[in-house]
Amino acid sequence: MDPRFKIAHREALIGVGLAVVHFLWWFGFAYGLGSRPVEEYTYILGFPSWFFYSCIVGFILVAVTVIILAKFILKDVSFEDEGDEV
Amino acid sequence: MNIQVIIPMIIFLGIIFFIGFWSSKKLETSTGGFLQEYFLGGRELGGFVLAMTMVATYGSASSFLGGPGTAYTMGFGWVLLAMTQVVTGYFVLLILGKKFAILARRYNAITLIDFLKVRYNSTAVVLLAAISMIIFLFSAMTAQWVGGGRLIESLTGMKYTTALFIFAVSVLVYVVIGGFRAVAVTDAVQGGVMVVGTLILLIAVIIAGGGVPNIMQDLLAENPKLVTPYGNEGNLSAAYVSSFWILVGVGVVGLPQMAVRAMSYKNTRSMHRALVIGTIVTGFIMLNMHLIGIFARPILPGVEVADTVIPLVALKVLPAWLAGIVLAAPLAAIMSTVDSLLILVSSSIVKDVYINYMKPNASEKTVKRMSFGVTTLLGSIVFLLALNPPDLLIFLNLFAFGGLEAAFIWPVVLGLYWSYGNKYGAIASMFTGIISYIALHFYNQSYGNLFGVHTVVVPVILSLFAYVAFSLLIKKTKYVF
Repeated sequence: MDPRFKIAHREALIGVGLAVVHFLWWFGFAYGLGSRPVEEYTYILGFPSWFFYSCIVGFILVAVTVIILAKFILKDVSFEDEGDEV
Repeated sequence: MNIQVIIPMIIFLGIIFFIGFWSSKKLETSTGGFLQEYFLGGRELGGFVLAMTMVATYGSASSFLGGPGTAYTMGFGWVLLAMTQVVTGYFVLLILGKKFAILARRYNAITLIDFLKVRYNSTAVVLLAAISMIIFLFSAMTAQWVGGGRLIESLTGMKYTTALFIFAVSVLVYVVIGGFRAVAVTDAVQGGVMVVGTLILLIAVIIAGGGVPNIMQDLLAENPKLVTPYGNEGNLSAAYVSSFWILVGVGVVGLPQMAVRAMSYKNTRSMHRALVIGTIVTGFIMLNMHLIGIFARPILPGVEVADTVIPLVALKVLPAWLAGIVLAAPLAAIMSTVDSLLILVSSSIVKDVYINYMKPNASEKTVKRMSFGVTTLLGSIVFLLALNPPDLLIFLNLFAFGGLEAAFIWPVVLGLYWSYGNKYGAIASMFTGIISYIALHFYNQSYGNLFGVHTVVVPVILSLFAYVAFSLLIKKTKYVF
């Protein structure tokens, strides 16, 4: 197999993995903290804690992960087939 | 409506036109062949433009008017739902990613359907895909077009027909003369307008509401359910909200307007940059816009028509000239969606139908004339339809998003990664996706959502089974990439 496809397959799996972890984080905090009675809610920077962790912190962590992926994990490959164009 | 609001919009339209003319110059001097240049920007998009065109194409009237309006009504539960869209920022590019870019170049594919054509080597797949794409996207385009007209109407006080005419001419001019490159670069400008516009408005709304803790107290005093994940009446279930991970999250991989962007970038560096920028910008815009919607509630109670929350609150908390700049954002969102759909439908007619089946060896000059002609003609038809939208179009638009996802997701994704996927699987998958989507839509309307999830979920699963089953049962073959 084209070695570039090996890289592509690995990176597609990384995408699926990230989406799964992202979902668990989003779901866990939103419904873990948010299903308590409203009177027991705590607030961070004014936001209900379930929302703060699930959506704000979650978004920041995903952004940081994507930066790390782009900088260190994802590999550069050529899109042209070898020998096709000179 | 006063002149101070209109001036920033006119300046905004001026910049957009300028980009159209600049792109048409590029078109004349290009060397890579007219089709590739006109419909794919010569596969030269850099990271920033790629990210912005993906975000802007995807973020439409619903993210800027409908979504925040619903957040206004339902509270934080809807903001939680909207944040499922962050996943699109990285998912589309990581999944389609490098393999799609390599194969699209190898197959010399200009459109998503070109890719399907070579991968499945089947006329039926091409025609089925082209027809569903043209029909659904055409209706989606008309609906957006109506939204654009209505927005200009509400901001300027002009008559709907006049407003629609201004909108149509603006979009048509730059798309027809500039092609995909003009679409992508104007999308980048429009995306920039959205980022800046939403940030200014969010800050102004927080100040007007006396700070976030203060706003939260007001919301709690009005209805404590507004700050829970379950909606103002407690009717947003976890299953329903989670199912939007498929509709507006991972399922977006199957949308042709997104897939075509995944074959337009220059190199892996652009792709990696676009991943980062796209994720951050999507999250930023969605979070801001929907927070504005919910924060507007204590400031501006009792808004009846949800779509008008954003324009009304902007005019209330900002000076007129600044409101003009901020309100260019939803206009930008609509334009950037419409332009992409227009160029995509046009490419499908010219490349997938005309060149593939009617005139395979058309001269460069004919192709050029066809491309300009079809794009102009399409735009004009959409304009006429948007004047008085027929019921059938409004009906079809209901399926445009989820229906296309259910139809295309597996033929595209498994076509890329599963060697045993074949044309029988692809055809079965597209039929199953669209038909079960429409059928389930009616079922859910009458009896409430099946399994408590959004309509898109079951058809996506069914079309996966259809794809796998038919690929394995009929003429099982291994495809060599």
